[in-house]
Formats: sequence, C-alpha cells, structure tokens
Amino acid sequence: MKLFFIEFLEIFTIASRAIRVNKLRSALTTLGIIIGIVAVTTMATAMVGLREAFLSSISTLGSDVLYVSKTPWFAMGDWSQYRNRKDITMDQYERLKDMLTIHEAIAPTKSTFGMNVKRKENSVISTAVYGTTEEFQKTSQIELEEGRFMSEMDVKAARKVCMIGQDIVKELFPNESPVNKEIRINNVPFKVLGVMTKQGSGFLGSFSMDGMIIMPIKAFESLAGESRGRLRIDVKVGDTARLEDSKAEIIAAMRIIRKVPYGKPDDFAVNQQEAFKQMYDQTIGIIALAGIVITALSLFVGAIGIMNIMFVSVTERTKEIGIRKAIGAKTWSILLQFLTESALICLIGGIIGLMISFPLSLIINQFLPTSMPLGVVVLALIISILVGLISGFLPAWKASHLNPVDALRYE
Amino acid sequence: MNIIYIEHIAKIYQVGSEEVHALADVSLNIDKGEYVAIMGPSGSGKSTLMNVLGCLDTPTKGIYNFKNVNVSQMNDNELATIRNKEIGFVFQTFNLLPRSDALHNVELPLIYAGIPSSERKERARLALDHVGLSDRTHHKPNELSGGQRQRVAIARALVTNPSIILADEPTGNLDTKTGEDIMALFNEISDQGNTIILVTHEEYIAEHAARIIRLRDGLIEKDENVTKRFIPKKNGTSKL
Repeated sequence: MKLFFIEFLEIFTIASRAIRVNKLRSALTTLGIIIGIVAVTTMATAMVGLREAFLSSISTLGSDVLYVSKTPWFAMGDWSQYRNRKDITMDQYERLKDMLTIHEAIAPTKSTFGMNVKRKENSVISTAVYGTTEEFQKTSQIELEEGRFMSEMDVKAARKVCMIGQDIVKELFPNESPVNKEIRINNVPFKVLGVMTKQGSGFLGSFSMDGMIIMPIKAFESLAGESRGRLRIDVKVGDTARLEDSKAEIIAAMRIIRKVPYGKPDDFAVNQQEAFKQMYDQTIGIIALAGIVITALSLFVGAIGIMNIMFVSVTERTKEIGIRKAIGAKTWSILLQFLTESALICLIGGIIGLMISFPLSLIINQFLPTSMPLGVVVLALIISILVGLISGFLPAWKASHLNPVDALRYE
Repeated sequence: MNIIYIEHIAKIYQVGSEEVHALADVSLNIDKGEYVAIMGPSGSGKSTLMNVLGCLDTPTKGIYNFKNVNVSQMNDNELATIRNKEIGFVFQTFNLLPRSDALHNVELPLIYAGIPSSERKERARLALDHVGLSDRTHHKPNELSGGQRQRVAIARALVTNPSIILADEPTGNLDTKTGEDIMALFNEISDQGNTIILVTHEEYIAEHAARIIRLRDGLIEKDENVTKRFIPKKNGTSKL
C-alpha cells in the first residue's frame, strides 16, 4: 500500500509534467472534452429547466383536482369515438354536485379565446375568457392581489362582473387601479371586481392566469352564446390520497347522470394533472433525452481525440517507457501512468467546461427557471474522468505491454 | 559465490519461416566481485546474451539461475522486480529521462522500489557524489556533457546497491579521453567489490576487465582470464 502510494505520487507528477510540456497539444485535446462537457451540461440544464417550467405552469391545474369533460385531454387512437358524445350540461353539473360525497369545491367552467377587451382608448385582443362559479377560486387556487373574487350572489344573478389577470391590467390600466372600474368585453360593459396575483411566465406562455378574464358562467353564456365553449366540471378533492376514490365516485355518478348502459364505455372523461406529466415525459421527455444523447456525441468525439493523442504520446515516449521498465517499473505502473495522464487531461477539460457552462446556465435562467443542478456538476466531473480512463486505456495498455528490449532500442 | 549460473541457454527468434539462433548453446558462471567483458562481432549474440543476463528477456531454452533463483520462467512483473533490486544498467546512449534533472534520474529506481522521498533524495545525492557530480544535481541531461551523462547513468545503476552492474558499450558514444575516464570509474567500482559485466566490441575497452568471454555465432568461442590487465591511472574525479 505504501509502495503504491509512493509510486502514485510519482505517477501523478509524471502525468502532470507530460501535460505541461506539451501545452498546445494538451490544450487542443482538452478542447474536445471542454466542448463535450459544455454541450452535455448545458443541454441537461436546459432540459431540467424546461421540465421545471412545464411543471410550474401546470401547477395551476391542481394536483388534487379532477377535470370532468367530454373528451380526454390527450386522446390516443381514433378521434371519431369522441366526436359523437353529447356535451356536458349545467343540469348534469348540478346533479353531479348533489351526488358527490368527496369534494372540497366543484366548479363548472366554460372558456373561449379571442374576445376584445377595451378600456377607453386601450384594448387587448384575443383574451382568454372563463365563465364559472365562485368555487373556481378554490379549484384553481386563485389568489387576488387587489379587490375580491366574485361571490355566490354575483354568480346566481349573472352579474356583469369579472376578475382580470396582470397582463390585462398592464395593457388597460397602466396608471390606475382597475378595481370597480368598467371594461368592455366585446362591447358589453363589465365591472372589474378583482385583480389576480401575477403568476409569471408559464410554459411557453400557456396556462398562465395573467392573460385571463374570469366571470360568472351565465354572464359568459349571455356574452358568448350558450353553445360557445364546452362545459367542463372541475372537482377539487382536497386530499390527493382520496383522488382515486373520488375519481371512481365521479365516474359512477356521471354514468348514472348520462345514462350510460351497463357494459358500455364511459362517454365522458375524468382528467387530471398527471396526464400532462405523462404526456410531457412521453413526448418532450423523449426529445430531451435524444438531445442529450446527440450532444453526448460531441463528448464521444472528444474521447476519440484523447485516445488519438495518447497513442501518439505512447509512441513518442517508447524510449522512456523502455528506460522505466528496464529500471524496474512494473506493467501496472506504466499502465497507471498513462491512464492518469489521460484522466487528468479530461478532468481539466471537465472543470474548464463547467466553468464555461455555469455562466451559460445563468443565461438560460433568463428564459427558463433553472440553475445547473449539483448532480449535473458531479456527473460531469465523473464522466470526464471516465472518458479519460476509457479512451486512455488502449494506449496505456499498449505502453505497459511494450517489450523493454524493443522499447529501449526505439529511436 | 555464484551470482549468475547459466546452463545451455538458447534464444531462438522466428523470422518469417526461418529460425534464427541468436544464442545457440551458452553455459557460464559469474561469481560475485568478478569484472567480466563480453566481446564479439555484431551478430555474435552478445546483445541477446546481455538482455537475458539483464532479465530484460527470457531464454527460449536452458536454465538461468540468478543468485540461486531460477529466473528463466519468470513473468514480466517478477523480472521487473529482479531488474529493480539486483541489476544496474549502463547503456551506450545513457538512456536518461530528458526532462528530469540528474537527481531525479538517479532517484528513479528507488521510486519503483517504493522508497520514501527523503531517503530517496539522500541516497541519490550520495550516488551522484560518488561519481563526482555533486554540483550537477539539478542539471538536465541536455545541460550535461556526454561523460557527465554517463556518470549520472552510473550513479543511477549504483543507487540501489545491485548485485551486478550491466554495462552495454558504455563508452560507445564518448570520445577516447572521456571513455577512459568512464572506464577508470568502472575499475574503481570493481575494486569496491561490485560485480560488473561489460559488453563491448573494442579490445582495449575489454582489457579493463579481468575476464573476457568471446562470443561467435551464438556460442562461446573463448572464455579466458586477462593476463595483462589494463589499469587506468586515477584522475581524481571519483571519490569511490
């Protein structure tokens, strides 16, 4: 053990000297690893960020909320089987509400896009408008920055009131509080009751409440027409542990309400946030994986560069290897010497690579909520060393098994 | 006492379909403290014999006992240990590590013997002192003259206190004067009781030894003691 340690110190010194002596060559070789590590870690950071952004954007869909609608969110297979299903009606919502035993809040929602909103000379086009009830605040976990959410009375009386998101506030009320002010939606006057708290940029801008207007469902129907927007029923279970129970209860109730004959499949769907995650991992997740694999190719190219240079290095130092062996260096000692050299080159490359990709991750953070995960840093360093060991192995093996007589004769 | 005992060894190389008998059948004994020169024209097998004696190569046939241990069937790592502990090499082309200074070159065998740094440096300094280079410890080979380089190599060979010193044409790359100095150094080392095996093709170099073994075509042609041994006069470079 002591012998090994003494030799290893020497081996480390030889390796670092060999790298220092061939500065330009070492730098160019290291460049391959640097590029590889920068590509892989930056890609990994971006992918982690992408997923974070996605998850935070679907967090408006509560994890304990079930969404009952005519069709599943991510329909696989033949679309025609869903086409002929009857819409969910407000009557069905009322009956479901009466029948359910497990729920914290239940809200019927209809939504549409493309409404024009005006305040004096300011206007916003293509706004998402939601018609729902006061319970939507609970099912969607809406927080208000100013004013209040609509009340049960507002909903029952179909008052022309609304809550608006921050993006709309910015466009329509640049210098004043919107509460109790009037806006015109498709030329119909509505009173602003409250302003929703800023949610921040979601995943590619989708699902964000910031560009949204919420109003009583009957006001929505009279504004947009009763047939506009498919009714969806949002059921907040309140306890993720009872999600499956609640789902079973909803399915049973809806089958009765919609008179689905025994043995026939459901003519509605109960969706949940989980479906988004699954869909993400199945599509974008796979693309992300492919991206990392492709960037890993650059690391592979770097590894080939290392191997190439190590072969050159072994050939160049054949005589030195011969001398060392003649004087008593064992096979493993020479093997370790060259492995250490290539691992060291790669480790240096890995560290420089991380020093470059860390600022890059800060730039990515401007677009996606991410930081370079510690795991990626550790992994990058381990991968660097591994690349060095693997790509250095064949040259090192060749060096360690040189015949000392031939090696000494080499000029 | 027998250090080297060789019985009917042969080294056969396969060149294409032809067998080349570099060593056909060689038997010899070398005792402790002997100063032996191995001579012969090129192709006589003296390099092959030196490689076998130096445990750099194993014979195809025959028995080689080094200090009563059979080394003819040892594997590479076992041979490396023998070379490290028992044999000091001096080569025609010096074979120093070009990027290391004199001290580090002399230290090298001790590193592979697993000796700690402080003791290593001490012993290396002492060895350099013995060959008269105590003021050149931190010079790299390219900052030293040919004779000085060979002295560093001799210090490296001596530093482990080996059982034999194996010198392969040690004056081949030196001018006559420097060569004589180096040979004088070998004589002193021999006088100290070290066993030296000298490989050369120069008669006047061989005459420094007490015994000359002449090889031809892979066989020992003649094995004789030198009657008129050449003893160089001391020139004061060595403190041995």
